[in-house]
Amino acid sequence: MIKPIVLWSDIFIFLLVLGLVGLFTYLKPSSETQANWRKVFESRLGFCTFMILCLYIFIALLDSLHFQKPLPSTEESSQVFYSNEVLSILDLIHVGMLDKEEKTYSAPFAMYSYSKENMFSDSGQLYRDFPRLIHGGSHLRDDSERMKDIVSKTLFALFKGIIISSILIGSILLIRRTYFYGTFLPVNSACLLLGIIVTGWIWVVELGAYYHILGTNKVGADVLYQAIKSIRTGILLGTLAALFAVPFAIVFGISAGYFKGKVDDAIQYLYTTLSSIPDVLLIAAAVLVIDVYIENHTDQFNLLIYRADFKFLALCAIFGLTSWTGLCRLLRAETLKVSQLDYVNAARAFGVSHTGVITRHILPNVMHLVIISTVLNFSGFVLAESVLAYIGVGVDASMNSWGNMINSARQELSRDPAVWWSILSAFVFMFILVLSANLFSDKVRDAFDPRGLRRMRLDL
Amino acid sequence: MYLATFNQLNDTLCSDELWLMINFTSVQVSSRVVLVTSFLMAVSVGCADKNGNWNNPHAPEKENIRVMYSVFTSPPKNLDPVRTYNLDEATLIDQIYEPPLEYHYLKRPYQLKPLTLKELPKLEYLNADGAIVSEESEYVAYSRYTFELKEGIRYQPHPAFAVNDFGQPYYSFSNESSAKKYRVLADFKRVGTKELVASDYIYQIKRMADPRLQFPIWDIMSNYLVGMKDLRKQLVQARRDNPKVWLNLDTFSLDGVKEIDQHTFQITLHKKYPQFKYWLAFHFFSPIPMELDRFYNLPGQQEKNISLAFHPVGTGAFMMTKHDASSEIILEKNPNFSAQYYPYEGEMKDESIGLLMDSGKPLPFLDKIIFRLEKEAIPIWTKFLQGYYDRSGIGSDSFDQAVDMSVDGIALTDEMQRKGISLNMTVEPATYYLGFNMLDPVVGGYSEQQKKLRNAIAIAYDEQEQISIFRNGRGEIAMSPLPPGIFGYQSGERGLDKKVFDWVDGKPVRKPIEIATRLLSEAGYPGGRDRITGKPLVLNLDTTKNSGDAARQNWLIKQFNKLGIQLNIRATDYNRFQDKMESAKAQMFFWGWFADYPDPENFLFLLYGPNSRTGSGGSGVNSTNYNNQRFNELFNQMKVMSNSPKRLQIIGEMLEIYRKDRPWASSFHPTTFILNNAWVKNFKPHGISQVTLKYQDIDIELREKRRDEWNKPVVWPLWLFASLCFLVVLPGYLAYRRRQTQKVI
Amino acid sequence: MWSYIFRRSFYALPILIGVNFFTFALFFLINSPDQMAQAQLGIKHISPEAVHEWKKARGYDLPLFVNDERNGFDTVTETIFFEKSVRLFIFDFGKTDEGRVILDEIKKRMWPSLAVALPVFLVGLAVSIFVSLIVVMFRASLFEFSVMVVCVAMFSISSMFYIIGGQFLFGKLWSLVPVSGFVADIGALKFLVLPIIIGVISGFGGGVRIYRIIFLEEANKDYIRTARAKGVSELAILFRHLFPNGLIPILTGVVVVIPTLFLGSLVTESFFGIPGLGSFTIDGIRAQDFSIVRSMVFLSSVLYILGLLLTDISYTIADPRVRLT
Repeated sequence: MIKPIVLWSDIFIFLLVLGLVGLFTYLKPSSETQANWRKVFESRLGFCTFMILCLYIFIALLDSLHFQKPLPSTEESSQVFYSNEVLSILDLIHVGMLDKEEKTYSAPFAMYSYSKENMFSDSGQLYRDFPRLIHGGSHLRDDSERMKDIVSKTLFALFKGIIISSILIGSILLIRRTYFYGTFLPVNSACLLLGIIVTGWIWVVELGAYYHILGTNKVGADVLYQAIKSIRTGILLGTLAALFAVPFAIVFGISAGYFKGKVDDAIQYLYTTLSSIPDVLLIAAAVLVIDVYIENHTDQFNLLIYRADFKFLALCAIFGLTSWTGLCRLLRAETLKVSQLDYVNAARAFGVSHTGVITRHILPNVMHLVIISTVLNFSGFVLAESVLAYIGVGVDASMNSWGNMINSARQELSRDPAVWWSILSAFVFMFILVLSANLFSDKVRDAFDPRGLRRMRLDL
Repeated sequence: MYLATFNQLNDTLCSDELWLMINFTSVQVSSRVVLVTSFLMAVSVGCADKNGNWNNPHAPEKENIRVMYSVFTSPPKNLDPVRTYNLDEATLIDQIYEPPLEYHYLKRPYQLKPLTLKELPKLEYLNADGAIVSEESEYVAYSRYTFELKEGIRYQPHPAFAVNDFGQPYYSFSNESSAKKYRVLADFKRVGTKELVASDYIYQIKRMADPRLQFPIWDIMSNYLVGMKDLRKQLVQARRDNPKVWLNLDTFSLDGVKEIDQHTFQITLHKKYPQFKYWLAFHFFSPIPMELDRFYNLPGQQEKNISLAFHPVGTGAFMMTKHDASSEIILEKNPNFSAQYYPYEGEMKDESIGLLMDSGKPLPFLDKIIFRLEKEAIPIWTKFLQGYYDRSGIGSDSFDQAVDMSVDGIALTDEMQRKGISLNMTVEPATYYLGFNMLDPVVGGYSEQQKKLRNAIAIAYDEQEQISIFRNGRGEIAMSPLPPGIFGYQSGERGLDKKVFDWVDGKPVRKPIEIATRLLSEAGYPGGRDRITGKPLVLNLDTTKNSGDAARQNWLIKQFNKLGIQLNIRATDYNRFQDKMESAKAQMFFWGWFADYPDPENFLFLLYGPNSRTGSGGSGVNSTNYNNQRFNELFNQMKVMSNSPKRLQIIGEMLEIYRKDRPWASSFHPTTFILNNAWVKNFKPHGISQVTLKYQDIDIELREKRRDEWNKPVVWPLWLFASLCFLVVLPGYLAYRRRQTQKVI
Repeated sequence: MWSYIFRRSFYALPILIGVNFFTFALFFLINSPDQMAQAQLGIKHISPEAVHEWKKARGYDLPLFVNDERNGFDTVTETIFFEKSVRLFIFDFGKTDEGRVILDEIKKRMWPSLAVALPVFLVGLAVSIFVSLIVVMFRASLFEFSVMVVCVAMFSISSMFYIIGGQFLFGKLWSLVPVSGFVADIGALKFLVLPIIIGVISGFGGGVRIYRIIFLEEANKDYIRTARAKGVSELAILFRHLFPNGLIPILTGVVVVIPTLFLGSLVTESFFGIPGLGSFTIDGIRAQDFSIVRSMVFLSSVLYILGLLLTDISYTIADPRVRLT
C-alpha cells in the first residue's frame, strides 16, 4: 500500500479549486457577470488561453497528489515503513523521465554525454572522451542511426497523436451537435488546440521513453521533467498568493471605504506603511524569518519536502502580503463611491445591518476589481519568482522551479560550448504560461471593465 | 505660470517630433538610422581604449606602466594585520606588511627565510631560572627567540610619518573640529617615512593583547607568549578607566618581549612551541609603529574609517593607494622599497620553465596591481578569455573549455594553447571533510557497532564520484587529514586507508558496497533498518543554506540510499549552522581546513580532544568533538617534536587510531587549477604564503597585442538592427501615406 | 499648498516609525546579535569575548525594545530600537557590520545607480510613449495587432532572460561592450550602454500596453473627432492634441517612481557589476547585514512617501481644478 502524503499547499490548492467551482455553481452569478464571462470565452484567444491555463493547472493538480512508496518488508518486523522519497501522481505518468538519470549534462536527443570523462580502453589505457549515455538513445548502435530513429519515432507519434486526437475531437463535435448546438464557445479553435496538445503529449511520451528530449542537467536529471515539475511551483505561487491576499484586501478595503473615519485612518496607515517598504526587502526579510522558524521546529518538518513546502507557502503568503495593498486601495476607493449611491443609503434607512449592506450591495459591486487584479497579479508572481531565486530568497533549492533552473543556467551559459537547453526549457515553459495568463487577463479586463479600470496597471 | 511653461514645452516637443515624422522619406530615414548607429559607435569608440577595443573594462593606463589586473570577490572586512585571518584579505595585505620571516618563493617543501632579519632568529631554551639549557633537557621552561633586524628598511610614504621642523608629528590635533577638513586619508597632503625598528614589532605584539582588536589566535598566543594575559588585564582596566582615549601601548609592559637595541629584540615563550616560527611569517607579526597607531587614533579618524582596518601601512613592496570596496583596490609600488632580489635557486624544474630568468633582479617588477570587485564567476572567466584579467581559476562549468584530460594526463585544450595560456595545478594544503558529530547518540560514540556504522558510511560515500561530478576531478581523495606537502603525508600503499580502500594493481580501490552493507548489518541496521524495531535509519546532514543545489542534494541522498539509509538534508543559514555545531546538535556536516603553516600539528589538532568545539565555548577547531585519550597523548608528544622518523611513526599511530574511530566519513584535498595568460611571468603558486606578487611580472606589449587580436568587435548585428528598423518603418510610412490620401466615401 | 506639504511631511512620521518597527521586529526574529557577530567574525577561532566586543562596538549589547534595568524614560530610550531608529530620522545611518559608514556609501553609490536608472526611465518613457502613439495612429490594423502581440510577448519574458541574453550576445559573443564593470567618470558610458538598453527593452512591452490604452481613450474624445472633421492631418492630431493631453495622466502616474530612481535596480546592478545602491542592498540581504537593510528600507520609505507627495503636487499642476488643502 502506498501512503498518501498531504502537504499544506496541496490542501490549499484543492480547497481553492473546489471553492471556485462551488462558488460558480451555487452563487449563480448575475446575468451581467455571466455576460461578461461569455464575452471572454466567446473570443478564440480568450478560450484558447483559458485552455492552456487549464492544462497547466491540471498538471499542477496532478503533481499535488503526493504519496510515499512502502519500503520492502523485512523478516524481523511485520510493520510497514515508507521510503522518505515523496512522489506525486505526475511522477507515475512520467516515470520514465524520473528514473532515467544520466551522470551529467547531455544535449537534447543526445546519445553521448556532453562532457568528457576519464575512461579505460580495453587494453587498460586511460583516455578521455564523451561516454555513451546510460539511457538516452541506449537502444541505438551508433550515432548514424539516430536521425533516422528520431524521425521515424516522431512520425509514428504524430500518426498516433492524430488518430487519438481525431477520435477525441470527433466525439466532442458529436456531443456538440446533440447537446451544445449553437454554443457560443469557439469550438473549432478549441478542438484544434486540443489536437495539438494531445499530439504533443503523445510525442513527448513516445520519444521521452528513448531520449532526453530537452537534455539533462548537471547531475543527469531530465530537464523536461524538471520543467514540467516546475509547473506546480509556478501555478501554486500565482494562485495561492491571491488566496492569501484577497481576503485581507476585501475586508480591509471595504471596511475602510464603508466605515470611514478612524477605521479608514487605521487601514490607510497600515497599507501605506506596508507599501512603502520595498517588496524585495520585505520578502527577503520574511523568508529569512521563516528559515529560522523551521530551524526551531525541526521535529515538525522531518522530511525535506515538508520544509520546502512550508517555506513555499510562506513565500506565497508574503507575496500576498505585498500585493494586497494595491487591491485594498482600489477597493476602498470603489467602496467610497458605491456607498454613496442611493440604494445603499436606502438599504441603510430600512435598517439593513452593516454586514447585510456590505455582503448584498457593496461586495457584488466591487467583485470585478478582485477578479481583474487577481488575474493581473498572477503573471507578475510567476515572473517575480525567478528574480527572487537569483537574490537567494526564492523557493527552496530542493524544489523544482523555473527560477532555480534559470539561476543555475547562468553558469551553464558561460560554459563553452554553452549548455543552452536548461534555460531554453525554463524560458519556453514560463513564457507560454505567462503569455497565456497575460492574454487571458487582457480579455477578462476588457470584458469586465471596458472603461473604468484601464489605468489599473498604473496604480498597482 | 508653471502651466505656461508646460505648454511651451509641449509645443517644442511637438515641432521636434513633427520634424522627425515629416522626414520619413525612405532615404532620409535610413540615413537617420545610420546616424543613430554611428552615434552609438562614436560613443563606444570614444570610450574604447587606444587600440579600439570597445569592450575593455579597464581605464586606460600610462605608457610603460606595468599593471596587473586581478579581482576580489567580496569587500575586505578588516585589513588590520592583527585581525585579518582569511585568504582574500591576506592576498591584499601580505604584499604590504613584512613580518620577520617569509617563505622561499620557489623552494619546495616550504622553507622559511629571513625577510626583515639579517638571519633566522636565534632560538635558545631556558630553564625556570633563566639559564640556557639544551633542547632535549627536561628542564626547558622557556624558549627565547632573538631577532636582529636589517638596517635601512623604510616605510612607505604616509602622513603618519610626516614631521615638522622640530621632529614632532606634523599632524596632531586634540579635538574633532580641527579634524573636520580631513575627510579621507588623501586629504592629508604631507607625507613622510621612517626606518623600521625593533619597537615596531614589539608594538604590534602588544596590540594582540588589546581586547578591542579581537586577535583571532589569542587562545594560542596567550598560552605561549610570556606575560600576554597580564598585559590584557592591564589593558582591560585601562580601557575601563578611559574608554575614549587612545592608549599608547609603549607605556605598557609585556614580560615576554624585550628591546635589546634599535634593531634587536627578543621574544620569550613558555615551554617549547616549534610551530611558532611559522607564525613569524604570518602577517600577525607585522610591524606597526606607534606613530601610525597614534595617527589613526587622532580624534575623529576612526569614525571616518581612517584606520588600520582600511588603510594598511607597511614596508613591503607595495602600498595601497586606493581602497574603494565597492569597485576597486589599487596597490602601487612602494618608492621606499629596496634591496630585495629575485631568488637564484628553486626546485629542479624551475629553471627549465623559465622561473629563474630574472634571478638577481631587484623586486618588485610590477608598478601597479588593480584588484577589481567581481562578485560573479562568469564575468571573471569571460574577461580572462578576453585578456582583461591576467589570471583566473577554473570554475567547474568552464572546465572542459580549458582543460583536456588525455592519455598523457591533464593538459590545456587546443583553444587555451592557441591563446598561449599556461596551467598551474597544485594540491592545496587543505582538507575538506564530511564529519560526524561524535557526541551524537546514533552516529557518534565509540562502541564497536557505532564504529562499524561510520565505517560503512565511509565506504558507501563515493568521494571520487563527488570530485569528478561537482569538482571536475579537481581534488585528491584524502587517506588521512594530512594533505600532500605536510610532514606525515604518505603517498602510495603506505599511506592507504585500509579500512575503506584496497590496494589493487598499484592504486587504491574503494571496497565493494557489500562490505559496507555487511558492516551496517553488524552495526545493528541490516538493510538500513533497525534490527529490533525495524524502523528505517534516518540520518541528518546539516549544511549551510547555499552549499549546494538540488542536484547535489540528490547525489548525497543517493550515496546513503546505497545502504538503505535515508538521508535528510537540513539546510540552514550560516548563523544557525554555527549554533548547531556549537551545541552539538548537528549529526553530519561538511567542514574544511586550510593550513596556517606547513606542520602536521596544524591538521591533527582538528581531532585533538581538548580542542573540541562544544567544550571550548565555540572557539575550538575540533568540530567533530572527537576525543580519544591515546590520540590526545600522542598529539601532545608529536606537537613539540621536530620532523624525524620518530615523529613520523607517532603520526602513523595517530592516523591508525583516527581510521579505526573514523570521526570523518570522508575527506579530500582540493586541487586548484590556475590559468595564466601568456604575458604573466614568474608565476609559481604557493600553498601557504600570499607574498607572491612582488616576484611576478607582466609583458605589457604582448598583452596589448593579444587583447587587440581577441577583441575585434562584431559589428554586423548593429547593421542588422538598423536595417530591421528600416524594414519596420518603411511599410509604416507607406501605410500612413495611403491612409492620408484615402477617399472617405 | 505649503501647509499641505508641511502637513503631509508630518504624517510621514508615524509611517516611518511603523516601517522601522516592522523591520526591527522582522530582523531580530531572524538573528540574535550574537549570531550576527559570529557571522561577521569568521570561521576560525571565535571566543565569547570577541563576540561581546563586536556587539559593544556596534551598540547591539542593549535590549531590543524594553530595557528592564533602567528606570523611567530610559527603559525605552536605552534600547537597540530607540538608539538605532531615532538616528535614522536625522539620516545618521551608522556603520555597516563591516565598519563602513553607510551614509558615505549611499552618497557614493547613488550616482552610479542614477546613471543607470535615470536614462532607463527617461528613454523608456519616451520610447514607449512614442511607439504607443504610433500604434494609436494605426489603430484597428494588422500593424497594431502585431505590435501588441510583440508587446505582450516581451512583457511575458522575465527580466532575467533579457539580462542573461544581452550579456551573452553583446558582451561575450560580439565583444561590443564590456561584460560588466564600472568606472566613475565619462568612461562609464560604455558600461552603461548595455544595462540601459536592456532596461528599456524589458520595460517596453508593459509601458506600451498601458500608454496605448490611455491614448486610445483620449483618441475617442470629442475634440479629436472635431479636429479630424476640420481636416487636421493625422500627424498633427497625434502630436498636437493627443500627445499633450495623454501625457498628463502618464506623467502624474509615473511621478511616484522618480525619487526611488536613486535606489537603482537590484538585479541589473549586480549582474553588470555597477557599484550602486541596488547591489549594495543585495549584498546587505545576502550577508544579513541588518544595518544596511534597515537603512535601505528607511531610505526607500522616505523616497516613496516623497513620491506620493510629488504625485499630489503634480496633479495640481496638471489640473488647476485640483486644490490641495
